[in-house]
Amino acid sequence: MNITILYFARIKEVVNYSSEDVSLPDGVETIVALKSWLSGRGDTWQKLFSGGGVVRAAINHELVDDMATFDDGDEVAFFPPVTGG
Amino acid sequence: MSALIDLNVSVQADDFDVGLELQRLRAATPQAGALVNFVGLVRELSAAGQLSEMVIEHYPGMTEKALQQIALQAAQRWPLLGVRMIHRVGRLPAQAQIVLVAATSLHRQAAFEASAFMMDYLKTEAPFWKKEVGDFGQHWVEARASDEQAKQQWQKNSGKSPK
Repeated sequence: MNITILYFARIKEVVNYSSEDVSLPDGVETIVALKSWLSGRGDTWQKLFSGGGVVRAAINHELVDDMATFDDGDEVAFFPPVTGG
Repeated sequence: MSALIDLNVSVQADDFDVGLELQRLRAATPQAGALVNFVGLVRELSAAGQLSEMVIEHYPGMTEKALQQIALQAAQRWPLLGVRMIHRVGRLPAQAQIVLVAATSLHRQAAFEASAFMMDYLKTEAPFWKKEVGDFGQHWVEARASDEQAKQQWQKNSGKSPK
């Protein structure tokens, strides 16, 4: 499955990307599984997803929790808790 | 059942004219007997020191949808006639206007409560992130637990003010 991942704010600065297209292995279809798969890239990623800071997620512009599932072609975004207003 | 007849949300770099926006909202909802508005500003002093500017990042596409959903939720809960939400992005100097939320209704209570509700939801659900820049350097603003609690109060008390 292929998806697009977007990163915002502090997380964008930590990973040094604002977006990427990734091809996922079978079985990676939930936010929690995607976080775990990305953590396999190394220390920076592991710290990001298992460290102290909260990482929120959206699928196709909707806020979701860790158990949410995505499909081929979806846009997944990771960002810190929002601070607008 | 929503009676909303005018809903307008905007995410923009440009400043806005509060008087003009309120006049438009009044013109679009001539039945209104109440108009409430809130304007959020860039504070001159942050916890870290003197602030020179605020940089606001957002998630284009999701932001507009999130604001619309918040306005529609408010309109489900209170008999609103019109809603106007504007949120600025980019680099804003100290004292600049950041956000406008305005609502019209037949009577004041709906517009008062709905405006507070929309701000509480905007602060916890709309994908904006603030970075403060000043004599202390620069840093991302941390989300405040009190903002999340303010939102949760609305989930406990349906139709009542969070007190």
